[in-house]
Amino acid sequence: MEELDVEPAITNIPAASDGKHLGFAWGPGDILAYETLYMAPGMCAKGSGCSFIHEVRKDEDIYSPILRKLFNESHHIFVGLQTIREDLPSKNKKTQFVSISKNYRSVIRACMEELQQVAASVLVLQVSILLAIELIWNLCEVLFIDAAPAGPLLLHLLDWVRLHKGDVDEKAREVLQSESPAEHHDYWDVVVSYVLQGRFEEARQMLVKQATLQPAARNMYKLMDTLLSKMPFYNPGGTQTLTEFDVKWRHWHEEVDRCLQDNSFASNQHLEIICKILVGDEDTLLEHKELLSTWYHFLVTRLLFCHPTVKPTELHYYAQSCMTMFLDLRSVPEPLDSILLAAFEFDIHQVIKDCSIALNNWWFVAHLTDLLDHCKLLQSHNLHFGSNLREFLLLEYASGLFTHHSLWQLAVDYFDNCPEFGHVYLELQIERVPLDTERKALKVLRICEQRQMSEQVRSICKIMAMRALRNNRLGSALSWSIRAKDAAFATLISERFLQDYCARGTFSDLDLIDNLGPAMLLSDRLTFLVKYREFHKLYEENRFSEAAKLLLSLITAKIAPRSFWMTLLTDALPLLEQKEVSHSAHCALHCGFGHDLCFILQ
Amino acid sequence: MESVNAKYVSQKISKTRWRPVSHSSLQQPDIFATGSWDNEDNKISFWSIGNHGSSGMDEGFEGDPQLLCEHKHDGDVLDLQFLDQDRIVTTSSTGAVTIFRHHQNSQTISVSQRWPRVHRYPCDNAPCTGVVCSSPEIVTVGEDGKIIVFRADQEGVIRVIENADSSTIHAVTYLRTTEILTCILYLDDVLLPLHCVDRHPNQQHIVATGGQDGMLCVWDVRQGSTPFSLMEAHSAEMWEVHFHPTNPDHLFTCSEDGSLLHWETSTHSDMPSFLQGGRNNSMISRSAMAPAGGNQSLISTWLSGDSSKGRLETTHMLPSQTLSVNSLDVLGQCLVCGTDGEAIFVNRQVPV
Repeated sequence: MEELDVEPAITNIPAASDGKHLGFAWGPGDILAYETLYMAPGMCAKGSGCSFIHEVRKDEDIYSPILRKLFNESHHIFVGLQTIREDLPSKNKKTQFVSISKNYRSVIRACMEELQQVAASVLVLQVSILLAIELIWNLCEVLFIDAAPAGPLLLHLLDWVRLHKGDVDEKAREVLQSESPAEHHDYWDVVVSYVLQGRFEEARQMLVKQATLQPAARNMYKLMDTLLSKMPFYNPGGTQTLTEFDVKWRHWHEEVDRCLQDNSFASNQHLEIICKILVGDEDTLLEHKELLSTWYHFLVTRLLFCHPTVKPTELHYYAQSCMTMFLDLRSVPEPLDSILLAAFEFDIHQVIKDCSIALNNWWFVAHLTDLLDHCKLLQSHNLHFGSNLREFLLLEYASGLFTHHSLWQLAVDYFDNCPEFGHVYLELQIERVPLDTERKALKVLRICEQRQMSEQVRSICKIMAMRALRNNRLGSALSWSIRAKDAAFATLISERFLQDYCARGTFSDLDLIDNLGPAMLLSDRLTFLVKYREFHKLYEENRFSEAAKLLLSLITAKIAPRSFWMTLLTDALPLLEQKEVSHSAHCALHCGFGHDLCFILQ
Repeated sequence: MESVNAKYVSQKISKTRWRPVSHSSLQQPDIFATGSWDNEDNKISFWSIGNHGSSGMDEGFEGDPQLLCEHKHDGDVLDLQFLDQDRIVTTSSTGAVTIFRHHQNSQTISVSQRWPRVHRYPCDNAPCTGVVCSSPEIVTVGEDGKIIVFRADQEGVIRVIENADSSTIHAVTYLRTTEILTCILYLDDVLLPLHCVDRHPNQQHIVATGGQDGMLCVWDVRQGSTPFSLMEAHSAEMWEVHFHPTNPDHLFTCSEDGSLLHWETSTHSDMPSFLQGGRNNSMISRSAMAPAGGNQSLISTWLSGDSSKGRLETTHMLPSQTLSVNSLDVLGQCLVCGTDGEAIFVNRQVPV
């Protein structure tokens, strides 16, 4: 057996008494645990046992009402993704994939916002998990799906950082709304944060407020303003090549450095700090750990001011070194950090693997892997059990959905899109869906019929027919067995109908029997039942010659059950007395009558 | 066509109905009720789309439905009808029939009256599949094949028609004030259950049904047991069919295959539509028989014959690839529907 990646987590079952021996049984998505009577040697009985069965679930998320929306909406996006045509040129496909990725992310954000509004303490953890998920997904979108080259890459990374550091705007709002923004104690923090994020427009606007307060230092502020405004940003849509941009940027960088060497900002400590940041001084950056708050912010800022033309393949050097510089030696790297690092190293499989371990629900890895697979980014990585990674994750996710009393319907579409094993999984799972009402049974049947799962169709119809039979709803039972084309069952039910007739002298459920049409050919007994009822109808309408002919054919066709022969013959008697019955029919009846009478009397 | 937005509500919707608006006012409906199914804890909920006649918003689809209040419901909500402005009747998969009252002032819901286990088998509960009401009378039907009549203010059951059928009765509607029409199955080469039925609002002999095979049938109940016209509508069970209450040239159907169709008959000649049959060009129609001589002037556009000059158009009203649309309701210019994808769609500008 392979080694475990992590130690298994221990879950305490609070209601179980101390020291008792627990037995367990696996379910599709959970474990049932119960106390047993077993006592290890040396133990003594401690009070009465607990008579409950405990259900231990790994995945609580599918039961959260807000997260359910995530599952439903992402199902919609997933189904849409599968229908993207293969033959589109890859450029169009890439834009579509990026927009699908953004759709997924907006669904995550919507859920997060809703969770935040609810504001219960237990949900704080869920919110932070969703935040982390969205962060990882966004980075994967930037690096893998959008796959920006050097130049735009930094811009995308800047967007990524800005999106996930919302507190700057909050602080800025607070400062701006105060009476004298320039004297607010957070003022310089806000300005520096803007600079660290490359938001120079906002930084300049803030600085203007300080400049008006200090007219004596006007020249200094003007200089800083100029430096900030002249920093070149790469324009992907423009005509400038990367090399030209690089030259311009170095030029600007030298200018900033000169200002620093000239001590132009020496008299203003804050401006001096900003100048050092602009020149990319690592120590200054590290002094502002609190404002940066994360190593990946530090990474992007450092790249912005030291190496804006960074290539994707160079990212991991910087990522590793930034992480080491930023984090203390003592602190343990969190799962999120190693996942992000793996992403910067373009190790998709490691990202997926780490996420699978860290999260308790397959939702994220299943959808992300599926999207990456569509982008043709996953090498075929055959796992031990034969299917590829994408299919494995989708199967796991869908199986988890199937354990939910309501979300099982979504799982069907996921199974449909797993070419190797999806069908088999669906066949096994669909039979376990409880069928409380006919309407639900019809929906499940529709799913099975659309996928040619005839075994399951038969089995479901049989369950419903048995149930109807038990409640003495013979018509209902008959329709179910007709739907399943189950001849044996139809025979059984026809027998019941006939028994009913013998017992009561009349038929029940006439409109069903009268209107079966070709369905009556399903079984001999059923045909007999319908024809017999037709005979009765003809008789009641006084159409005796037709009735006689029908009865004759019934007798001669020998599809009547033995128990009914007496009844048939008894029915023939009044016909023999009717004048309208044709002569030949008369004779035939006599013969048939005689023949069978002999047979019976033997 | 404007886009229709989905509101995800974390429960599979089995039924949705608009609260009736008084005929005198020209207001659009603003409150609807939904019932859920297949949950461990099912609920009925009241929602508002804030359409109080004043138009602060122009295009009309902004503003998601807002939840006003909800209440726990025992068992799946299999059918739901508004009894009057404040009360709804629901039927449950446990065989119970319940009247809930919506208190508008406090936005709460309370159980006003309850008849537990009215539909049952000797040893088990039977799901109660349909309800129709004409206050104060309520009629329900169920899987046990019974038809039960209640009055809203009385405790017991007024009348039980046992063994109305040995199969499940799926749906019921009022034909006239004293007659009801129940829906079991019909024959056209194959035996197929019918799931929904609706009566033409003005011409009471015309009834539309939808069945397990997704066919839309229009019947003339005076004229026998074969449908007047059959149209292939959906590729799976049709769950609900509704004539538009004030503009009955429009019909709406929704189905397990995830589509919601808007059917519109129109005639483009100078004769008023009630004097002609309507012909449909775009869907396959097998009309069973021509109207038997006599009174042509009251034949509705829905009873199509081959020799007529009308048109039948259908439009899809939802984005594709939704799960089954279980229920729809239309009133005025507003349409609401609920799906198994746990989403509610509201369209405020239905072209009628």
